[in-house]
Amino acid sequence: MDHNATTPLASDAAEAMRQWIVPGCPQNASSVHTEGRSARDAVEEAREAVAAALGGRAREIIFTSGATEANHLAIRGALTERSHVVTTAVEHPSILAASEQATHRTILPVDGAGRLSLDPLAEAITEQTGLVSIVWANNETGVLQDIDGIGRLCREHGVPLHLDAVQAFGRLPFRAHELPVDMLTVSGHKVYGPQGVGALWVRTGLSIAPQLTGGHQERGRRAGTENVAGIAGFGAACRRIPALIEDQGRIAALRDRLWRALSVLKGAERNGHAEHVLSNTLNVSFSDVEGEAMLMGLDLAGVSVSSGSACTAGSLEPSHVLVAMGVASQRARGAVRFSLGTENTEAQIDTVASHVVDVVQRMRRAA
Amino acid sequence: MSERVVVAMSGGVDSSVVAGLLVEQGYDVVGITMHLSDVPQAVLEQDQQGTCCAPDDARDARRVAAHLGIPHYVVNYKEHFRKAVMDRFVEDYQRGLTPSPCVRCNDELKFKTLLERALSLGAKYLATGHYARIERKNGRSDLHRAVYEKKDQSYFLFGATRDALDKVLFPLGGMTKEEVRTHASRLDLPVANKPESQDICFVPDGDYAGFVERHVTPKPGIIEDDEGNVLGEHGGIHRYTIGQRRGLGLPGGTPKKFVIGISAGDGRIVVGSDDDLMASGLIADRCNWIAEPPAKNTPVMARCRHRSVPVPAVASFEGDTLELRFDSPFRAVAPGQAVVLYDASDATRVLGGGWIVRAIAADSAVAT
Repeated sequence: MDHNATTPLASDAAEAMRQWIVPGCPQNASSVHTEGRSARDAVEEAREAVAAALGGRAREIIFTSGATEANHLAIRGALTERSHVVTTAVEHPSILAASEQATHRTILPVDGAGRLSLDPLAEAITEQTGLVSIVWANNETGVLQDIDGIGRLCREHGVPLHLDAVQAFGRLPFRAHELPVDMLTVSGHKVYGPQGVGALWVRTGLSIAPQLTGGHQERGRRAGTENVAGIAGFGAACRRIPALIEDQGRIAALRDRLWRALSVLKGAERNGHAEHVLSNTLNVSFSDVEGEAMLMGLDLAGVSVSSGSACTAGSLEPSHVLVAMGVASQRARGAVRFSLGTENTEAQIDTVASHVVDVVQRMRRAA
Repeated sequence: MSERVVVAMSGGVDSSVVAGLLVEQGYDVVGITMHLSDVPQAVLEQDQQGTCCAPDDARDARRVAAHLGIPHYVVNYKEHFRKAVMDRFVEDYQRGLTPSPCVRCNDELKFKTLLERALSLGAKYLATGHYARIERKNGRSDLHRAVYEKKDQSYFLFGATRDALDKVLFPLGGMTKEEVRTHASRLDLPVANKPESQDICFVPDGDYAGFVERHVTPKPGIIEDDEGNVLGEHGGIHRYTIGQRRGLGLPGGTPKKFVIGISAGDGRIVVGSDDDLMASGLIADRCNWIAEPPAKNTPVMARCRHRSVPVPAVASFEGDTLELRFDSPFRAVAPGQAVVLYDASDATRVLGGGWIVRAIAADSAVAT
């Protein structure tokens, strides 16, 4: 129930990686010799697979060590001549950290449902704006932004748009080249691939400054010897994305089933927009219960959930995402995120729901 | 299913052994480490000792839990700890008191917030590595001193309520430190050789004055004798404790002087002779009684600070005020510290205690 934190490695991704983690492997994909060429082939095949899955061209894919690096590359790489970046208050910490480095930054508010309005965005864009960076699907709430509207606006102003599509990838059907978007971040381990690998898609024609330098890899846009095993695993995982997308209807039904079961609990409130939301994510606050305590109680019952994003776990500061939505801090502290995945079943949902009801009731009794 | 016990794991040897022993005894053990404060990096770098809330200690606790195969969680009580313990520590010094942060942490955090968390997780007990014993007879829990007198922590525990003690285990109460170390080696715990933590956990360098000064601006004042003669100046009352001799900075040739009074209102430090430090009794309030509260003139054994030997006294508790008369004068009673009373006929049994408001001077015959 914590797929927005990471997803279990798919068997074909594991198989693809295994070929490169036997003794004597991997070879340097930049070497000219036969072994090097075979590693290069694996990397390029994976690049094709990632490009096909997100609807871009292979040469538009830059492999990175993960989404955090891709987000930094997008933001720092795009802010060369124009120094102003526009982003939102509900971004992943890596976006907030990378954009903090910009000379000028505007952070846009969201409404109570977690969505961005277009007017403040239009007002925020100036002559100096070099990039707009938006999280497509929020990791904590699953709330989706109006990418078509945002993209059109950016186009009108001639400002490139970067999407953090980490949670959207493999869950929303899209073709990157058809979107009014210029860069897009995706991650391996959120699509049943390995950790330690991600990619930035950069539309042909947009030039970005490399952030890691000292090598010609990734067409000079990201220096460093390729992580052949990780990239191969990521590529294999991407080949399953059409099947993952197919499964979203079933997952949405499971998520709705879970919410129906939990909504009977007194003081259970759903956080975020109920329709513009990922099919797999349910963020619920239980009044008079701390999210942190819920996490522990559910874990002891064998149910894995998060009280926000795993990246801020352990900080009792209420989620910055929920705070930005105007959720009262008491309620924000009681938030639990259920994020479903392809291996979840109806029977599991029913078990989870009954554990949640038990734990909430026990916690309220103990308080 | 076996009974669930939450162990408060600090990452040190004692609480790690508690977890290990309870696992051996067949309990369903869950480890919890309280994250209480972020020690400033500069202090951490100097500090080679373990302290009870540094991030390394949470890692150690996690390693021990992994070794024992039990679930382990870190709970973030920073905000609560800051308000209930750290801010209070600073305030006490500003008010001319000598704070007892460990008692407050036990009262407010361990045996309240953490205990509630343990119960909410379905635990029957909260276990800690304190050296003290709980005896349960006829459905009531009594708190006793540890068998191993050198490590006895009963003083710090007087504020635990009877209800809380019903749900607490102190598995080390009957052991010596050596026995605990032996268990640690036998259980092959990754922290078996970790040094003991010493100071107050949020002031690992032991510089209490420096800690206070990082939080509030010190107010300088004067040092005078008990007749009002000004002898010198000082940099802030938080640097002084009743009975203190060092750091007075009095001119050479001044006879040996001790701090005998701290006046928070006008920032005066009053010094006097050793005799002036002697108290015939004390007044305490905010009492907690684990046993029956002492009726008028009950003979007790009283401990006015950690590590001091309990001395015979007579206690009277009325309203919320405890008046204590020592059998023979007692030196350097410090307001702000706890006074803990033990049963006169069974000196290991904790009756309860309170917070010292003021000393009754040795030559004074009249109480409040």
